[in-house]
Amino acid sequence: MSLYGYKLPALSSLILWALLWEFVGRLGLTFFIPPFSEVMVTLVGLIPTPAFLNALWVTSYAFLAGVFFAIVLGIPIGILMGKNRIVDELLLPWVNIFLSAPLTALVPVLMVLFGFGTKTVIITTALFAIWIIILNARAGVRQINRSLVEMARSFGASPMDAFVKVYFWAALPEILGGVRIGVIRAVKGVIIGQLLISIVGFGALFELYSSQFLMAEFWAVLIVLFGLAFALSEFLAYLERKVSYYAASR
Amino acid sequence: MQPIEPETRQAVTDSAVSVRNVSKVYGDVQALKDLSLEFPRGELTSLLGPSGCGKTTLLKIIAGLLKPTSGEIEVNGERVTGPGPDRSFVFQDFALLPWASVLRNVAFGLELRGVAKSEREAIAEKYIREVGLAGFEKKFPHQLSGGMRQRVGLARALSVNAQVLLLDEPFSAVDEQTRRKFQEDLLELVKNEKKTFIFVTHSIEEAVYVSDQIAILLPRPSRVSEIIRPSSFRDKSVDNIRRDPEYLDIVDRIWASLRSYVE
Repeated sequence: MSLYGYKLPALSSLILWALLWEFVGRLGLTFFIPPFSEVMVTLVGLIPTPAFLNALWVTSYAFLAGVFFAIVLGIPIGILMGKNRIVDELLLPWVNIFLSAPLTALVPVLMVLFGFGTKTVIITTALFAIWIIILNARAGVRQINRSLVEMARSFGASPMDAFVKVYFWAALPEILGGVRIGVIRAVKGVIIGQLLISIVGFGALFELYSSQFLMAEFWAVLIVLFGLAFALSEFLAYLERKVSYYAASR
Repeated sequence: MQPIEPETRQAVTDSAVSVRNVSKVYGDVQALKDLSLEFPRGELTSLLGPSGCGKTTLLKIIAGLLKPTSGEIEVNGERVTGPGPDRSFVFQDFALLPWASVLRNVAFGLELRGVAKSEREAIAEKYIREVGLAGFEKKFPHQLSGGMRQRVGLARALSVNAQVLLLDEPFSAVDEQTRRKFQEDLLELVKNEKKTFIFVTHSIEEAVYVSDQIAILLPRPSRVSEIIRPSSFRDKSVDNIRRDPEYLDIVDRIWASLRSYVE
């Protein structure tokens, strides 16, 4: 973006929104929106506190574990579905149902099945992320050029070699796209899990601050969460760009 | 169906590849019917015919990528049951790994056979030079022109040192001038490499220009209608082939027999 010939750095539109927030906050219309500057001061004060660091650790742990399982299960299942018609016929309806299902409504069922601990939060997180990862890995494998498959066969590739040296890389642009969207959904999953299942981590902080009307703290934690999710998503988009040079010429 | 001419049969002393009574049925479509053909060792045989005549199907059956419905293929006297190290394939759309450098692409056939990295890269470098791509080892396929990509595909097929090279319309995706250069280089290659080449094309001129033997395939169901062995211009220099009277006669004769099959 450029303004009067000056090139503006990325995200400079956020400055405008922050100014608007500050202005609305200073008008004092509602306790719900404290000035942006107050939120930022609270944020800086909040970060070193044990409560915050503990919440960050608990949430990160559940989030990373959930994303880990979603990726290590989702990618092979997706590749298998793309390569094998029987597996595809069996699983595709379920994947599509769960992709569009309101998973939040399933959380009570998960609590009955797996209890009220971190395990259930991890499962909820994985369930939010895994379906789109499966679908994208499947789509990636299905679009692999037939002659690449024949090339691997004609030069005597074992099934494992073909999988590791050809199929995975040929599907990688789609797989990374799926992981990026899956990770964003996992952020939702982990917070919903921590709000509904076990009141720990950032979920507990949200619960605490909103019930006591500590709006500056509430917004500060939300901004931290937005920042983390945004950074993650940008990192994965960066990886996607790294492979985009061959995505168009497969 | 016209049988192989007697004098041709005598010339065929040693076959690298034999196709015997091969049929291929897709659903209720008969793609190939009872097709037999011999491929003399060290020569280039073209499979020429109108589109839909099953020439690529036949090539993929020889490669072991497709199974014939009946009949058998022998390479050096051994029956083909699948892909094998005695044959390598050059693809119409190159089939390069877009995420790998020219060097890794050329060495990929050897990589799949478990050849050590330094050894396979030394071999690959030799063939990269041979196809005229020296200096491009570190480039990626998307940085090369279509013609250069096919040179990579050719170098990959050569580097595994298979006795039989199967080329599926290798020059159809490159421009006319590059194509002519390729045809001249191919003649050199056949002369120097002592390999058996099986070459699928739909260009009459190309087939006559590069081949020691041309098998004309006619469609629905596919069968070999004629085998032509040019005699007089094969030893001439590349510049004189296209004005040789026999070259021109054969091109005309093939067109006359194919004309009625072209919509």
